[in-house]
Amino acid sequence: MKIFFKSILFSIIFLFYAFNSIAAEQSSKLLDPGWSFKGFFGKFDRAQLQRGYQVYTEVCAACHSMKYLSYRNLSQPGGPEFSEQQAKIIASQFEVTDGPNSDGEMFTRPARLSDKFVGPYPNDQAATAANGGAYPPDMSVLVKARKGGADYIYSVLMGYEDPPSDIILDDGVYYNKYMPSNKIKMSQPLMAGAVDYVDGTNTSEEQMAKDVVAFLAWAAEPHLEARHKIGFRAMIYLFIITILVYFSMKKLWSRIESKV
Amino acid sequence: MSDHEYTPKSKFGKWFNDRLPLLTLSNHLTEYPTPKNLNYWWTFGGILTFCLIAQIITGLILAMHYVASADLAFGSVEHIMRDVNYGWLIRYVHANGASMFFLAVYIHIFRSLYYGSYKSPREIIWIIGMIIYFLMMATAFMGYVLPWGQMSFWGATVITNLFSAIPLVGESVTNWLWGGYAVDNPTLIRFYSLHYLFPFLIFGLVILHIWALHVPGNNNPIGIDVKKPSKDTVPFHPYIVIKDLFALLIFLIVFAFFVFYSPNILGHADNYIEANPLVTPAHIVPEWYLLPFYAILRSIPDKLFGVIAMFAAIFVLVILPWLDTSKVRSAIFRPLYKQFYWFLVADVLILGYVGAMPAEGLYLLVARVATAYYFLHFLVILPILGAKEKTLDIPLSLTEPVLGGSPNEAIIKKKKEI
Repeated sequence: MKIFFKSILFSIIFLFYAFNSIAAEQSSKLLDPGWSFKGFFGKFDRAQLQRGYQVYTEVCAACHSMKYLSYRNLSQPGGPEFSEQQAKIIASQFEVTDGPNSDGEMFTRPARLSDKFVGPYPNDQAATAANGGAYPPDMSVLVKARKGGADYIYSVLMGYEDPPSDIILDDGVYYNKYMPSNKIKMSQPLMAGAVDYVDGTNTSEEQMAKDVVAFLAWAAEPHLEARHKIGFRAMIYLFIITILVYFSMKKLWSRIESKV
Repeated sequence: MSDHEYTPKSKFGKWFNDRLPLLTLSNHLTEYPTPKNLNYWWTFGGILTFCLIAQIITGLILAMHYVASADLAFGSVEHIMRDVNYGWLIRYVHANGASMFFLAVYIHIFRSLYYGSYKSPREIIWIIGMIIYFLMMATAFMGYVLPWGQMSFWGATVITNLFSAIPLVGESVTNWLWGGYAVDNPTLIRFYSLHYLFPFLIFGLVILHIWALHVPGNNNPIGIDVKKPSKDTVPFHPYIVIKDLFALLIFLIVFAFFVFYSPNILGHADNYIEANPLVTPAHIVPEWYLLPFYAILRSIPDKLFGVIAMFAAIFVLVILPWLDTSKVRSAIFRPLYKQFYWFLVADVLILGYVGAMPAEGLYLLVARVATAYYFLHFLVILPILGAKEKTLDIPLSLTEPVLGGSPNEAIIKKKKEI
């Protein structure tokens, strides 16, 4: 038993150390504005996700698609939780091609809740061509597709700087402190006052970056709240049943003079 | 094996059992005499059985929603994550389940190495176990390809390219594996097909593994033969069942922590980028559980010999029962082996670490030394230890602290007769 607990203790220390070293490595490099969705009970801030959606749709969506999200997701629990009516209105602002109709013709109609987010370009090649040869990545799972996740995206948004004097940049290339090569083909996307928040929140660069990254984090992991909630219950359940089984085991093995 | 004949109590039970002895089997499994001094390192067999069944069940559900097509696979995984009811839970259990499966299997294998469980008369159990381990690696590798992310695609490209190192027919073999001239749609579909098949092969081998175990019975920390049943043993049910259950629950707490709070920490971020044959990731790394072998592969400058070394690293494990010539099983009574055992553990951990690092400079040097030591351990150190090591005195039985025993019951009997 002693050895067993020792090994458990060791593995916990090991995990703690591993997580810590990963966290330490990242925090020394990346900005962390403090996310509401981190940690055991992490949840999204509805108002923040709604603001984030506004930044996405008014700024990012000019170049970046989000092809795995549907408009109905905007009103689903655990997300920005727009009302269904609001989500319908949002969807109806976009046009989708549907068909063929009974005459065999394709036609356009306003998007419905069941439609996927309409992208800015007809295909990836068009997106690449329109952006000086750099494909603007789809943002559906962007937060999970980058080492450092939300912190990394936030850092890149905040990392635009004048290049050091010894670096000469080509046209259409910008200096960014947090990009792996310090070069980025996206011009600084967020300038203070780029959007007008309905709820009157200030539109500083930090605020908008934080809001939009929170929105992207939700988009990449739409069931995060459910996961944290179920996870907590599962943990409690496991701890209780483990204790019960432990004492049952002790009782059973007390018939044998051997220890467990 | 219980020595006494089993007869079912009910008339129907007897009628049925005479035609299909299922009840005899179930009686054997519950009564199965197990050494009572087994420690918690022995609970990983049960944990592994759980892992296999959990992987098969979650995999079955994923297969209902997944689309094996180069154009649709990535999107179908996102569909599972977003739209399928609790699809995210099923997928995260399956993906982290693979890692937990390997964590458990490594503990299981290293337990066997420490207590000499691979030695006579348990060689067949060990060899079946190694085949299972090999199939697990193949299954996990193919499973990692299915989401068709960047790491899936490039991992598949690197690993399948290994076969091109075979002289003369290498290229044909590789093209045959791919079903074309590059990793593409046909490759994905056949990997899916095989990824579905292999777990059932593993399941069959697990039954053989347990069957082979039930012939000589469990080894134990002392490593001596135990009379069965006797006061040294307990029936499998309820004593071992509840102990295995307790250990499984502890294991599940760790498992649940990964699934619910860090589901992506064991994977690679690049795998959330859809596969793109035109863009190579900066570092192509396999999943953590394959890293030691990846390090061995890369430590050899020649491609063909690298591949040979990698497969040899598994093969030396298969023939281990004949490389370790010491008659004493448990490391408890082998003071020198015990030290070399921990060197080997450290060596494998180092190999895993350098496997994740770029193969250059100091990392490459460390990888080469560690690879050389790995083979040295099995091919040189173990045979020499078997001949030269002075082992400690072994107790006669688990309960009596009388020394002068031997791992093999037959030898004790002979000694007594003399």
